Formats: sequence, C-alpha cells, structure tokens
Amino acid sequence: MANEPIKIRIKRQPGPGVASSWVDFEMPYRASMNVISCLMEIQRNPVDASGKPVDPVSWDCSCLEEVCGSCTMVINGRVRQSCSALVDNIRKERPGEPISLEPMTKFPVVRDLCVDRSRMFESLKKVKAWIPIDGTHDLGPGPRMNEVDRAESYKLSECMTCGCCVESCPNYNEDSKFIGPAAISQVVLFNSHPTGAMNAGERLDAIMGEGGITDCGNAQNCVNVCPKSIPLTTSIAKASRATSVRMITNLFDR
Amino acid sequence: MAEPRVAVIGGGLAGLMAAIRIAEKGGKVLLFSVVPVKRSHSVCAQGGINGAVNTKGEGDSVLQHFDDTVYGGDFLGDQPPIKAMTANAPRIIYLLDRMGVMFNRTPEGLLDFRRFGGTLYNRTAFAGATTGQQLLYALDEQVRRHEADGKVEKFENWEYLSSVIDDEGVARGIVAQNLSTMEIKAFACDATIIATGGPGRIFGKSTNSMICTGFAAASLYKQGAKYANGEFIQIHPTAIPGEDKLRLMSESARGEGGRVWVPKSSSDTRSPRQIPEAERWYFLEEKYPKYGNLVPRDIASREIHRVCYKLKLGIGGGAKVYLDLTHKPREVLNKKLGGILEIYEKFVGVDPREEPMQIFPAVHYSMGGLWVGYETKADGEMDMTHPKTHMTSIPGVYAAGEVDHLYHGANRLGANSLLSCIFSGDVAGPASVAYAKGLAKGADSVDKSIFDREVKRMQTEVDGIAARTGGENPFKIVDELGYMMLSECTIERYNAGLKTTRAKLDDLQARADRAIAGDSGKVANQSLRFAHQLPYLVQLAKVMVDGALARNESRGAHYKPDFEKRDDENWMATTLAQFDAKANGPSLSYVPVDARFIKPRPRTYGAPGN
Ligand SMILES: Cc1cc2nc3c(=O)[nH]c(=O)nc-3n(C[C@H](O)[C@H](O)[C@H](O)COP(=O)(O)OP(=O)(O)OC[C@H]3O[C@@H](n4cnc5c(N)ncnc54)[C@H](O)[C@@H]3O)c2cc1C
Ligand code: SF4
Ligand code: SF4
Ligand code: FES
Repeated sequence: MANEPIKIRIKRQPGPGVASSWVDFEMPYRASMNVISCLMEIQRNPVDASGKPVDPVSWDCSCLEEVCGSCTMVINGRVRQSCSALVDNIRKERPGEPISLEPMTKFPVVRDLCVDRSRMFESLKKVKAWIPIDGTHDLGPGPRMNEVDRAESYKLSECMTCGCCVESCPNYNEDSKFIGPAAISQVVLFNSHPTGAMNAGERLDAIMGEGGITDCGNAQNCVNVCPKSIPLTTSIAKASRATSVRMITNLFDR
Repeated sequence: MAEPRVAVIGGGLAGLMAAIRIAEKGGKVLLFSVVPVKRSHSVCAQGGINGAVNTKGEGDSVLQHFDDTVYGGDFLGDQPPIKAMTANAPRIIYLLDRMGVMFNRTPEGLLDFRRFGGTLYNRTAFAGATTGQQLLYALDEQVRRHEADGKVEKFENWEYLSSVIDDEGVARGIVAQNLSTMEIKAFACDATIIATGGPGRIFGKSTNSMICTGFAAASLYKQGAKYANGEFIQIHPTAIPGEDKLRLMSESARGEGGRVWVPKSSSDTRSPRQIPEAERWYFLEEKYPKYGNLVPRDIASREIHRVCYKLKLGIGGGAKVYLDLTHKPREVLNKKLGGILEIYEKFVGVDPREEPMQIFPAVHYSMGGLWVGYETKADGEMDMTHPKTHMTSIPGVYAAGEVDHLYHGANRLGANSLLSCIFSGDVAGPASVAYAKGLAKGADSVDKSIFDREVKRMQTEVDGIAARTGGENPFKIVDELGYMMLSECTIERYNAGLKTTRAKLDDLQARADRAIAGDSGKVANQSLRFAHQLPYLVQLAKVMVDGALARNESRGAHYKPDFEKRDDENWMATTLAQFDAKANGPSLSYVPVDARFIKPRPRTYGAPGN
C-alpha cells in the first residue's frame, strides 16, 4: 500500500456560519509527505478526486516544525498538528480508508480548516499571563532561580496555544465559559516565578468563579493530547489547591 | 500633537520589542501581523542569544563580541551600529531574564551560557532547545499587558500591503488587508515600523517559516525604498530535506562527532549501514584533515553542494549526503542531542541513532534587507535616540529585525540574530516616537484623498487578479522561482549562470504578473493573496541576482569561484538597490562601509564552528 495514491477527505466550509460538506481528493504519493504537503499539492492542482476543478482548500500553517501551533486540525478524528502528521503513519491508523481532515470544533470556522482561536489569547489576557516588570530600563539581572525549579517551569512555558487540549476537553465549547486547561497552566507558570508570585492572587482570582477551575471535570483528555507533553492535570491540581487556600484567606480577610 | 500613532508591521521579536518601547514612551501602537503574533517565525530559533556577560570568567567582553561580529561579517557591516548592539547585549539578556524567560541556569542559579560559532567564548544564553520561542513568548506577554492597558491595538490576521506616501514623499500610514474578510483598508499613522522578517520563500523551500516571504519589504522597495546587500544570503550546511520545508539540523550534531559522507558510487542502492567503510567517501575529512566535519558553515555548505551538483555524488544521485551519528552510543546521543534527534525522528520517520541522517544545505537567513540609516554622536558612537536612526530611505518608515540590513555584514554569526532583532526594535521604537513628536502635522490632518488613492491602487491590483482567467497557478511559478534561485544564487555564483537567471527572471516576472488565483472564495482566499504577492517576490529576487552579478569578489556568504578573493579596494561597500520602473528592476549604487573602529584584516578562521 506504501506507494498507492493518497486519498484524503476534507470537511469543507466556504465561510463562517454556513453548511459544511465532505470533499474527496486524491494525489500521487511521494516519500516523507505530511498532511501539509498534501494540502500544498491541492493548492498547485485544485481538483477533487473525480478531476473536477474546485476552489483550493484554506488552512493555516507557518513554522512546519510543530512549534508555532498554527496548523492544528482534526486528523482521522484526533486533534493534532498537520505539519507533524506524516502520511506514512496516519495511513496506518485506518487502513484502506481515506485520511480525514476537519477543522477544530470548539472554535468558529473561518473557512475550510481555518478556525478563529482568539478566545484562547483572550484567556491569557484574563489571567494576566505576564511578569509585571517595572519597565524595560536597565535594572540588572532578574531573580536567581535554581535549575530544578527552572526545568519544571520550562515545561509549562512551551505551550504554543495550539488548542488541542481545549478541543479534547468535554467542558470547553462555544457555549460554556470554561477558561480551559492551557490558561490554567499558565497561571501556575507565572505564579511560580519569583517576580510573578508577587501578583499570584490576581491570577488565582481570575480562575475562581464562573468559567474558572471548578468547571474542570477532571476528565484528563487534555493531558493526553498535548503535543508538548505539558503536565496539564498536574497544573490543574496545583491551581486547584492554590485557589482553595485563597478562598479561605479571602474569607478571613473579609 | 496628540499621542503619536505608530503602525508596527510584524510581531516577531523585532516588532514586539518596538511595540513595547513605543507604549512605554506614550505612543499608541497599531500592531499588524499575518498570524497571531505568538506564531511568528521567531519561534523557530533554537540555539540562543549572544551577549558578553562573561559569567564563566573567560575574560569575554562586549568589545570582543563587537570584534567577532565585524570579523564574522567579513567587514561589510557598518561598525557604529554593531558596536552599539554588542554593548547593549548584556542589558537585553537581563531584561529578558526579568521578563521571565526560562533561561538555563548554572548551579549557582545564574544564567548559563554556551559556545556558538565564530567565537571562542561561552557567550550564548539559551532556554532549552527553544530559545526563540521562549523569547518571543516573553515579549508577547509584555505586549499583551500593554494591550490590556489600551496602549497596543492588535490587527492579527491582517497583511500590510503598502505604505501611504503623500505628495512630499512622507509616509502617512499604511494599507492593509484582512486575510479573513479580504477587506482592504487604510490606517493613518505618524510613523511605521516594518518588522516583517526574512525572504526565505523566494528560494522555494528554506529553514524559514511559510510566512517569511519578503513581500512587505518588496512592496516598500517598489514604492521607492532602498534595499541593501540583497545578495548576502546565509546557507546553513545541515538541514533535513523535506517535502514541504527544509528543517534545520543543528551544528551540534557535528560538534558531537557527526560525520558527513556519501557512497563512492551514486548508483549504490544499499542501505547506508550495509555500505562498507572502504566504499564511503568522507569528503570533508579528506579535504580538511585538520577541521574535518567542523569546518565553518560557508565552507561545509560549498563542499556539500559541489559533491552533489558538480560531482553528482549525492545519495542516489540526488541532493543529499549522510550525516552519520550511528557510531556513537545511544545513551550519549540521547543525553547530548536528544531534542534535535527527536525532530529528525518525528519528521523523517527514521531513528537517526540507528540510521545515518540525510541532510543538505538550506537557505537560512538574509543579511541584506531594507536599508536603514543611523546617526552618530561626536564620539563616533551610534546615536540611539536620534529620530533618523533606523529609518528607511522613506521618511516616516522604519525597519527592524531580519528585514533591516544593519548588523551582520556579509555573514551572520549564530545567535546574533535574536539579539539584533530585539536590539533593533529597542532602537526603532523610541526613534519612531521621537520622529512622530517632531512632525509639524500628524497623519490625522492629512487629506483623505491621499489614503483613498493608495487603497484604490491596492484594490485594483487585487481585483485585477481575482477577475483574471487563463494565467498560471502562482504556487507552481514560485516552485520555479525557488529552483532558479537555489541553483544559481546561493552557495556558488557564476556570472554566466547569474546572467541567464536574470533573463529567466524577466520572463518569470511576466508570467507572475499574469498569475491567477483560481479560487472563487470570498473569505480567507489564500491563493488570491499569494498571487498578489508573487510578482513582488520576483522583483526582490532580481535585487538579489543583480547584486550578486555585480559584486565581482568573494566575501562572507557571497562566493564566486571566478573571483575568489575579498576585494576591499573596490568592494568594501554596501550595495543599494532602488526600483527603476523603466527597467522594471533595480538600479544599483554603492556606499562605503563605515569601518571607523576596526581596520579590515584577512578572515582566516582557524577554529571550527560558526
Ligand atoms: C530554524 C531557524 C533557527 C534559528 N535559530 C536562531 C538562533 O538560535 N539564534 C539566532 O540568533 N537566530 C536564529 N535564527 C534567526 C532568527 O530566528 C530570525 O532571524 C528572527 O527570529 C527574525 O525575527 P523578526 O522579528 O525579524 O521576524 P519574524 O519573527 O520572522 O516575524 C515577522 C513578523 O512579521 C509578520 N509579517 C510578515 N509579513 C507581513 C505583512 N505583509 N503584513 C503584516 N505582518 C507581516 C509576521 O506575521 C511576523 O509576526 C534562526 C532561524 C531559523 C529559520
Ligand atoms: S497546553 Fe498543550 S495542547 Fe494546550 S494549547 Fe498548550 S501546547 Fe496546545
Ligand atoms: S482535565 Fe479538566 S481541563 Fe482537562 S480535559 Fe478534563 S475537564 Fe478539560
Ligand atoms: S505549522 Fe507550526 S505547528 Fe504546524
């Protein structure tokens, strides 16, 4: 089967809020192709499997090395990056069947495989995912950190806001207000930084209450799909403990 | 005047740093980017960022960093800006540290530094193997903070198309297109900073991201901006050939003992481990017994190219050679090279610990870019706060980052780019605010017709393409462009080949000018967008080829076997290309390099690396 032509089914949608439909494509196989090179092939030769000319498929991509997060889509029913989805591997997942490509379902579709993930960036704003430095003027080095803590935090800092985790989360959808695991994990990242810790309370407040951490049903889907192996459920547990403590202190402060 | 409004085009390291500085100075930022800024190409950088912090007690200094950079650039770089950049590098690294970048630490909890090419010092700060990503995120977070405060307004998924230039030749704003709705619109602003990154796409496939097209720079060049040193393109010797992209394979693979070889016969179809030692050709080790596989980047790239194209001895006759680590124990490889070997494994589907990697040089970085000026103070140092510093030749438009030409001369040292991007944003941001504050009248009081006519010019171009039928597919044409540029305008350049290529580019220009979108979509029409960009990319390719053709010497990344020596008497000069509408191509002129601090000397590198 290795050199057989590649068959792909793509869920297409010409614009926001209109109906979608499946279109079949077929193209010659070349060694080491990934899903992106298949989509590029459609750009060069926009015809469907029957040879009928169609509009080329729209999708997002940039780095092509699984570090920018742009190209996330649902491939063979599983959310992941299309640049690191190699044809040889994904064809094995469903032998004899076409590769299926769909846009993520938790975000508004712009066109075809392009979705609008601005909600995730808004969440980062909500939880104040930054270190509040005094300014860019020269104030010397930052705080010292021990390498063990640094390595722990580094894992969390690799989140590329790709959306896989929220796509897989049963509690995150267009109707719910749940902020999602990626943003909660960022709270843990910034609250563990020596300077960031000075504003830890603000970030915790942002994930308490409606749409906050208590909306997590602990289904663990998120941690299993994160391409960067970010320990999301560990972050959620940490944040959960911290918010409980804060709830009690807030109570006494009143 | 009210608060100055600055349009920052691009949210890579350079654009984000500029945005932060403008916000701090009380300006209002309109930040445009074709992707959410967090997805900018800067995320790809792995290695690190240079700064002479001297934490290892080696006696490193900012002046040594300055000298290494000038020498590494083969004395084509103007020295005052390089001096300023290297002097500010420790401050910039500390700033990033304060912003929360998870830089690797020493046992004492201080920033750790590692070795990189072109220097003998441990001068490169790094955050795991994802330094660019970590730096970009830190700046992205700071910009988000200013956005929450209302000082920055983001226009993500918007593409800069052109500048609005009034009848006095002063830029008064920009025209941009919403890539979802395809709406084209003008934005009035007192100053503009172009921070749109490199032009890798002109070469078809490169180590760059897909969005690194060079379009914004080409558009401004067509509007009259000078483009400098276009012929200087860095080729990295070891990249992973791919269907869609040439992913970088870090130099550290050779640092840890990786050996480059090809089968002695190109018709040898055995799997590499089946090929006995006697039938392998370790061509780098043979030709350079002293440095072996660790010869400098330009030499390694040239040798691999020669073996594949001139001697036709690439693997199976193709353009690939082996980079072999299989003689090293698995545990050692995992410990020292884990990250990069995983990239190879993930994308090629082959375990490089078991089977030699197949690699080939790839276009990596553009030293050239939009020409920007700088002012100096009485002592000869760059005046970092002067409104003309970092301005392009169009008043009111600045450039920063890979898209400017200022810091790397004829060859960039590894880990100096993350530095130059951040430093140039750090300078261009405040300079643009100083310029805006000094304007007699702000962009708001400019007649509306000036904006309307530029919107109309762009709308007409785009509508023309959408309505066109019968032309060629732009993605096929760019494949041809890439092939042409790769074969004649990269590692080895010959005047005959460059002349033929130049003639072919004229032909390609005519075809690109007639390319069709072939997409009737009303939203997110990516083919229409690319068909619009393509003719501009061909224009920029002509700048690169003409620059290379004219420069009859060898310097840094520009190598002509027929002119093997550096010629300081005739060519210690910056190439300036300006668009000539009659010729539909560049007209070239030259200005001498500002070498006021360090006298040129022969570039003889003993040391491996770079
Ligand atoms: C694989 C790889 C590894 C590297 N490793 C290192 C390293 O270890 N150390 C080092 O110093 N350097 C390294 N470099 C070089 C360095 O990464 C780049 O030179 C640098 O990141 C460029 O930053 P920038 O801010 O200029 O542009 P970019 O990061 O490329 O950002 C450009 C921005 O402009 C936007 N844009 C582009 N066109 C338009 C338009 N028309 N309208 C609106 N927005 C637009 C994009 O959306 C983006 O936001 C590496 C490069 C590569 C390819
Ligand atoms: S946590 Fe993982 S899956 Fe979620 S957005 Fe970040 S990188 Fe993607
Ligand atoms: S653990 Fe929480 S955040 Fe993760 S998928 Fe489950 S419900 Fe969603
Ligand atoms: S294109 Fe960047 S993650 Fe796939």
